[in-house]
Amino acid sequence: MDLTKLSLKQTIKALEDKQFSKQELNRAYLSKIDTLNSKLNVFLEVEKNTLGIPAAIKDIIITQNIKTTAGSKILSNFLPPYNATVIGRLLEKGCSVIGKTNHDEFAMGSSGENSAYGVTKNPWNLKKVPGGSSSGSAAAVAADMCVFSLGTDTGGSIRQPASLCGVVGLKTSYGRVSRYGAIALSSSLDQIGPFTKTVEDARTILEWISGEDGLDANCHGKPFQPQKSFKNLSGIKIGVPKEYFGKGLDKGVEKVIREAIKKLEELGGEIVEVSLPHTEYAIAAYYIILPSEVSSNLAKFDGIRFGFDRSKFGAEAKRRIMLGTFTLSAGYFDDYFIKAAKVRTLIKQDFEKAFEKVDVIVGPVSPTVAWDIGEKFDDPLAMYLSDAYTIPANLAGICGLSLPCGFVEGLPVGLQILGKYWGEDTILSVGEIYEQATDWHKEKPKL
Amino acid sequence: MYEPVIGLEVHVELNTKSKMFCRCSADYFGKKPNTQTCPVCLGLPGSLPYINKQAIEDCMKIGLALNCEISKKSLFERKNYFYPDLAKGYQISQLRWPLCIKGWIEVDPPSHKASEGQETSRIRINRVHQEEDTGKLTHSGSETLIDFNRSSVPLVEIVTEPDFKDSSQIKDYAKKLQQIFRYLGVSDADMEKGQMRLEANISVRKVGQKQLPAYRVELKNINSFRFMVAAVEYEIKRQIEALEKGEKLVQETKGWNEDKKQTFTQRVKEEANDYRYFPEPDLPEMQFEESKIKDLESNLPELPWKKLEQFIEKYGINESSARILTEDKDLAGFFEQLVELGKKEGVLAKDIANYVVNQKIDLLNDSPQQIIDDIKAKKTNLISDDSQLEKVAKEVISENPQMVETYKKGKVTIIQALIGVVMKKTAGKADATKVKIILESLLNL
Repeated sequence: MDLTKLSLKQTIKALEDKQFSKQELNRAYLSKIDTLNSKLNVFLEVEKNTLGIPAAIKDIIITQNIKTTAGSKILSNFLPPYNATVIGRLLEKGCSVIGKTNHDEFAMGSSGENSAYGVTKNPWNLKKVPGGSSSGSAAAVAADMCVFSLGTDTGGSIRQPASLCGVVGLKTSYGRVSRYGAIALSSSLDQIGPFTKTVEDARTILEWISGEDGLDANCHGKPFQPQKSFKNLSGIKIGVPKEYFGKGLDKGVEKVIREAIKKLEELGGEIVEVSLPHTEYAIAAYYIILPSEVSSNLAKFDGIRFGFDRSKFGAEAKRRIMLGTFTLSAGYFDDYFIKAAKVRTLIKQDFEKAFEKVDVIVGPVSPTVAWDIGEKFDDPLAMYLSDAYTIPANLAGICGLSLPCGFVEGLPVGLQILGKYWGEDTILSVGEIYEQATDWHKEKPKL
Repeated sequence: MYEPVIGLEVHVELNTKSKMFCRCSADYFGKKPNTQTCPVCLGLPGSLPYINKQAIEDCMKIGLALNCEISKKSLFERKNYFYPDLAKGYQISQLRWPLCIKGWIEVDPPSHKASEGQETSRIRINRVHQEEDTGKLTHSGSETLIDFNRSSVPLVEIVTEPDFKDSSQIKDYAKKLQQIFRYLGVSDADMEKGQMRLEANISVRKVGQKQLPAYRVELKNINSFRFMVAAVEYEIKRQIEALEKGEKLVQETKGWNEDKKQTFTQRVKEEANDYRYFPEPDLPEMQFEESKIKDLESNLPELPWKKLEQFIEKYGINESSARILTEDKDLAGFFEQLVELGKKEGVLAKDIANYVVNQKIDLLNDSPQQIIDDIKAKKTNLISDDSQLEKVAKEVISENPQMVETYKKGKVTIIQALIGVVMKKTAGKADATKVKIILESLLNL
């Protein structure tokens, strides 16, 4: 039996039934990492003596006494003295950090190419990008190098690599999971969430890591309690936004997504066309709000208390620091930041209106499948546009799921299921019903 | 003729148990450097701020004491600038949505108005807002050391409108604020420990000119009332002289050199700093219900000027004594305790006030009963001195021959009237029993 193919639920069951020991489990994963990591560049740091359920953690999440670099040379020597809230909670549940995964520097990027430690390869095709910014965490689950992983999603950084690597990725509602210990990219947008092999596993991880901790002032409520209020899709209204099927959407991807929507209908869902009219302004607003916050969040990296000096920032970090410094400057603040904040409110209202009519909204995660390494690297604008369908959910603070729904030329396509604020249970239920009726999540890359 | 235009910014450190945005102890004074720190106040990657509710309440109390409106909705903002003692690269502060706005306080009038008989003068408070302190730099030789124990200690900033006309008003204002902080129990406001810091913005303009001058001089890092007054007076004089000579004054930050008794330039501003304020995304918006604000207001301790009025009216103490007694909250409380005790023993509040004002009182060690006994004893000693009483009695006898005659004719009750005269002469301090005996013996000779 290949232990690394098991889902989290299967692994827990097998451990309970004593089919294998935790040592054997860790040995199996470490040997997989040993075989694949040089090929894929997934892990920046591997922990050799772990005894829990092996979890891979995006290297932007603080782990006590395990080097945490944020994908940047500026933190290449940073050994944190504390654990992020989510890490503490996973350890309590019997998990251990098997390694820290590669990602775009400070989570800025959609391809993984902005990592100071080289790009992670897509397990389905080593010439392709894995998506970003949580590249390594997505690839680690796709290549069975961990049972599950954690990433962060600021504008799609969980959902998009999940889509491009063919795994399940959950972006939680803003405030559902404590950000304490996630090195901040854009504080009003960042959320931590899991990558898993099944939707059910994502539900379990959410139960484990959610709920207020008294450290993140924006995190509130009790830990997530699964309701599983419905077992089939009859009576469930599924919204399809026309704005997510316009110019720029790859024909092959569109076909796969339309088929997935048809499947949801076959399963009893009622398909309803909805409109999210301000979608086209989302990227513009996002690239004002995010750099503004970035320029301030990255100010602490001055080399005085930890890390190296600011010359060690990569090009994308420098670009966004400059953009944000400009948009917050006296005389520009009202024209840029305040206006972007207004657009953000309109986008939030778009979703609120749509969710009056439907239970979930579905569409593509990414307009294309994984592209060639290097293809968009010199064109930041083209790179920014690849997040058009994921960014609105972050601006609105709502939750979203990506799950495997097919392939285009051998590369995975993810279906995005968006839910209302605090609507995780609904999107997970819809996702689970779809997953159980299809076999896409069982496909594995040949490595 | 020129007149000064002066506004004041006061920073006060709150004496809350924990820091503004983390749970480290805020009591940093004299502690070993960097022992009261955590990921939050060190600004480590991944850490986040969490609001100290007690500090917010204290800030609102200060606002209420200064007659401010309390904002129903208030936000923290980030003030972005680089300095090695600023752990996060920004200070969490408030600019557009402060906790308290539009207040006022009565202070002494400017000296020239006082001589015209004006009693008080109103200083408008622009805002009272909440922020956090920075770490502390120590320069030793070629090295600079940073102590983050002070990083994120709650700090309240109180900004006035440019309403001060001279240094005496500034001194009175600062003293009154210090008194308020202590009465509210929100800070010890010890200037030498840096718990209270003053900054003055000074410029001068022609009398009659309405708009503010185009420059202003900021006086900073001055750690005593006395030096601040000296620096303000020096600046007013310097600026008027410069303008009279036709010189152009520039925007600059100045400090005070006590040895040379003059201000010195610390920094000349080419242009205003751009702090790129924006709403702090890590903290939720604060909202306060009317009832909560009313609650805070009605539970405010009695403030110094109320106490002053009360002492004058209720106890009949003169104003200068009342001022001394109310200067310190603990002293005022001690005095009230003495008055209560005095009531039972027939000791007057006035006498207690005189005693407390003139004697050095040790609040910690003096027992109230002992003090009351002392006052009584003093009174008794003074009047039970036989020779002194005899002297007064003889005077009274020789000055009142008619009454003496009446007595000698057998109407002995007249002695009460004679005792009354003795009492009057001794301001009521004579021991009446003794006086009677002395008078009788003198009259029966």
